[in-house]
Amino acid sequence: MAATIQSGAKETVRSFGTGLLALGIWWLVYQGLDPFAKWVTFSLLTLPPGSHLASAVEFFVFDAPKVLMLLVLVVFAVGVVRSFFTPERARRILAGKRESAGNVLAALLGIVTPFCSCSAVPLFIGFVTSGVPLGVTFSFLISAPMVNEIALVLLYGLFGWKIAAIYAGTGLWIAMVSGWVIGRLGMEKHVEDWVYATPSGGEVGGENRDVSWRDRVRYGLDAVRDIVGKVWPYVLAGIAVGAAIHGYVPENFMAGIMGAGAWWSVPLAVAIGIPMYSNAAGIIPVVQALLGKGAALGTVLAFMMSVIGLSLPEMIILRKVLKVRLIAAFAGVVGAGILIVGYLFNALL
Amino acid sequence: MKIAILGTGCAKCKQTVEVVRQAVLQAGVDATIDKVEDIQEIMKFKVMRTPAVAIDDMVKISGRVPSVEEVKSLLVQA
Repeated sequence: MAATIQSGAKETVRSFGTGLLALGIWWLVYQGLDPFAKWVTFSLLTLPPGSHLASAVEFFVFDAPKVLMLLVLVVFAVGVVRSFFTPERARRILAGKRESAGNVLAALLGIVTPFCSCSAVPLFIGFVTSGVPLGVTFSFLISAPMVNEIALVLLYGLFGWKIAAIYAGTGLWIAMVSGWVIGRLGMEKHVEDWVYATPSGGEVGGENRDVSWRDRVRYGLDAVRDIVGKVWPYVLAGIAVGAAIHGYVPENFMAGIMGAGAWWSVPLAVAIGIPMYSNAAGIIPVVQALLGKGAALGTVLAFMMSVIGLSLPEMIILRKVLKVRLIAAFAGVVGAGILIVGYLFNALL
Repeated sequence: MKIAILGTGCAKCKQTVEVVRQAVLQAGVDATIDKVEDIQEIMKFKVMRTPAVAIDDMVKISGRVPSVEEVKSLLVQA
């Protein structure tokens, strides 16, 4: 017994050391990206400084590895954190909570709980049949896709921490308030009838197993393979489009179309954003380029949130459990929240 | 032995079916594999995450694609 504990501890120390070493190498490579991009652009390809092509190439060679590296690090870390949270645990915490506090808690849990939109339906049913109020369930369902680690990493990597924080803060606000409003609307009768007839999940039908640190690390690595493996082409494509805009589109070109002066730009951005279901990885590099050419921050935030957080495919999936009026209310309330955020930031900045 | 794979037909659910097939083949056990795609049927197992694998109506795995080895050891235990 004592021996196994000791070897377990030894293993923990060893994997901790390996992790630290990997992090150190990661940091060194990351630091070298800027000089590397300059070297490729000006020495290797001998592009003339100040030309459109040089500007686009430097942007791409610097940003592509930078964003991918950030993504790997954060997806791993979030994967490990998420091994502590399951939808079953979120449900236990939320069941029987009062509405307002419940909305806040649900939005926060939405960030850390692993969630895939293909599980939205069983999750929805599992929540509402075990006594989580409808509005609180919505707070969770809104925050889970919208405030996600990929969006935050890309925002941090391309715009800095302030914009990432604004996005996270306003995304959470929309999730809390929209869920609360949906709860106030008393839409319970617009949930498909059979949902409430489903036997409540008093007993958790899921795996209950002890999770060791080794499992958590594996969970993180799986997340990297799974997520980064899936999104990297979008990231590269997005950065390539971003690089083209960065190099070739004139400064302030977007100011007229997406600037703060154009009042209709925010609703237009939302209307374009909803049917576009791109993941955060594909859309944010494009958004960066738009912003760099004079688009207003509020408009761009609204665009991004409606692409990521309010997607047509998710609504179609939810149609299995929600009647059309509730889906419309959901889209309307969240859309209104996004509009408010868009106008607010256009007015403030 | 009765194995049920719960999932509404996403890519991960299909992977899970493949993994379970492999595992049954390799373990050489006598088992029927049933794909449960109807959401109301899935909810009878009280899972909140798909894909899920139930062996003789007991949910063993949920919310991830298991490895062939893992399913094999579950088959031997059952």
